[in-house]
Amino acid sequence: MSKIHVSAVVNGDPVDFLADPRESLLDCLRDQLGLTGSKEGCGTGDCGACSVTVDGVLVCSCLVLGVEAEGKAIGTVEGISQGSTLHPLQRKFIEHAALQCGFCTPGILVAAKALLDQNASPTETEVRYWLAGNLCRCTGYDKIVRAVMDAASEMREAV
Amino acid sequence: MHYHKPQTFEDAIKIAATAQGVTRFLAGGTDVLVQLRAGIVTPDTLIDLKLIPGVRDIVREADGGWTIGIAVSGAELGRHAALVAEWPGVVEGMNLVGSTQVQGRATLAGNLCNGSPAADSVPGLVAAGATVSVVGPNGTRKLAVENIPASPGRTHLQPGEIVAAIHLPPRGVNGGDAYLRFIPRTEMDIAVVGCAISLTLDGDKIATARVALGAVAPKVILVAEAAAALIGTTLDDHAVSALQAAATAAAQPITDRRGTVEFRKDVTAVLAARTARIAYARAKGEAK
Ligand SMILES: Cc1cc2nc3c(=O)[nH]c(=O)nc-3n(C[C@H](O)[C@H](O)[C@H](O)COP(=O)(O)OP(=O)(O)OC[C@H]3O[C@@H](n4cnc5c(N)ncnc54)[C@H](O)[C@@H]3O)c2cc1C
Ligand code: FES
Ligand code: FES
Repeated sequence: MSKIHVSAVVNGDPVDFLADPRESLLDCLRDQLGLTGSKEGCGTGDCGACSVTVDGVLVCSCLVLGVEAEGKAIGTVEGISQGSTLHPLQRKFIEHAALQCGFCTPGILVAAKALLDQNASPTETEVRYWLAGNLCRCTGYDKIVRAVMDAASEMREAV
Repeated sequence: MHYHKPQTFEDAIKIAATAQGVTRFLAGGTDVLVQLRAGIVTPDTLIDLKLIPGVRDIVREADGGWTIGIAVSGAELGRHAALVAEWPGVVEGMNLVGSTQVQGRATLAGNLCNGSPAADSVPGLVAAGATVSVVGPNGTRKLAVENIPASPGRTHLQPGEIVAAIHLPPRGVNGGDAYLRFIPRTEMDIAVVGCAISLTLDGDKIATARVALGAVAPKVILVAEAAAALIGTTLDDHAVSALQAAATAAAQPITDRRGTVEFRKDVTAVLAARTARIAYARAKGEAK
């Protein structure tokens, strides 16, 4: 099976990799680029653990082919902090203990950031529906929703 | 698996015509990739249609109708204020598909061509009287959306044929549409029953109507008897009962773990009444 050369930008950095056309973007990120923050929970689009942005659009990277990334800007959880300075969402997740095992957390951070990038003051209902495609087996969601709401309000005050 | 990204429909048709084995077209991939990864369908040839110019456009036609590109995502459809204002039922059907992540990728064309009887956007398109332009090795044809699905997972598209665009007719004045589905939870589930109704009014009376049902037959069905029960009425109780009777009679559901035949028939009646009331209120300008 011949591999295809793919050039993309991941978290602002230009990258090149060789993808088998059947390989998902998730597998390319993890196995070719060593970005193992994005997780595979289901591989079928149901759990959101693999959430990334492609040209700013939130998607499940398990349902995108690596070869589809050609020329695209990909955002993963590794790009959320500024160096060692955590993003407000990351700090609030820690403060609110919005994670236990942490498997869902990268996907939820990416998804929540995508929401706040387009809506600085979401209602709780909006947060819950936006995150409906991100499953968490541990927290019961309330802490996650609180952390997102709190991060949003802190980010609004900072502006 | 060979992956192609043609720049024109002509090239896509040529690639499909010479391809050996199983061919799939790639729109949002939310069905194709699930089937690929589950080992249900491993295409030998995958033809990505998203790089063809114009496939992401939503265009207002001279007659007041719309042409929707085959790579327009559910999220993009939902953000198009003018389209949402005129065809809220079509858009709400598509917007029920999956999560935020799935909405970023899933398309109307993929939902239609995947051939699921429970496809959430298809009843709305059928009720709207939508048509599709189909291109293929033997030329171009226009088909009504209800003539595309054949049976679960199958369509009436010939091998190598591609849906090139989706067309919505002019909404005109005093029209309204709606789609409702029943699922056991509030998000991320497959319809147990879906119902879409589009109608136009002449004063308080229903002048034209189309009623489509999903998930209660091997494919999405257009129910002429249910529409006939509405036409000429003001959606009084008698008309609603007649609609419910006609819709329930047309429903030929199966029993599976999502619901029994009896349950699905009951829900069909409930949804038909509710959907009709929303479409009627929208046509009167009393609801969004
Ligand atoms: C987590 C999850 C939740 C989901 N929830 C729902 C739901 O609630 N309701 C629902 O209805 N569906 C649901 N789906 C199914 C799927 O998202 C939809 O059917 C979607 O609309 C498919 O569109 P796509 O663009 O991703 O199609 P693709 O996967 O790209 O294609 C689907 C099929 O259509 C064919 N095809 C695509 N475009 C064309 C074309 N232009 N011409 C000819 N053939 C074409 C492909 O060859 C393929 O067979 C869900 C899927 C996932 C993963
Ligand atoms: S791993 Fe992609 S949605 Fe679960
Ligand atoms: S913290 Fe364990 S799945 Fe969410």
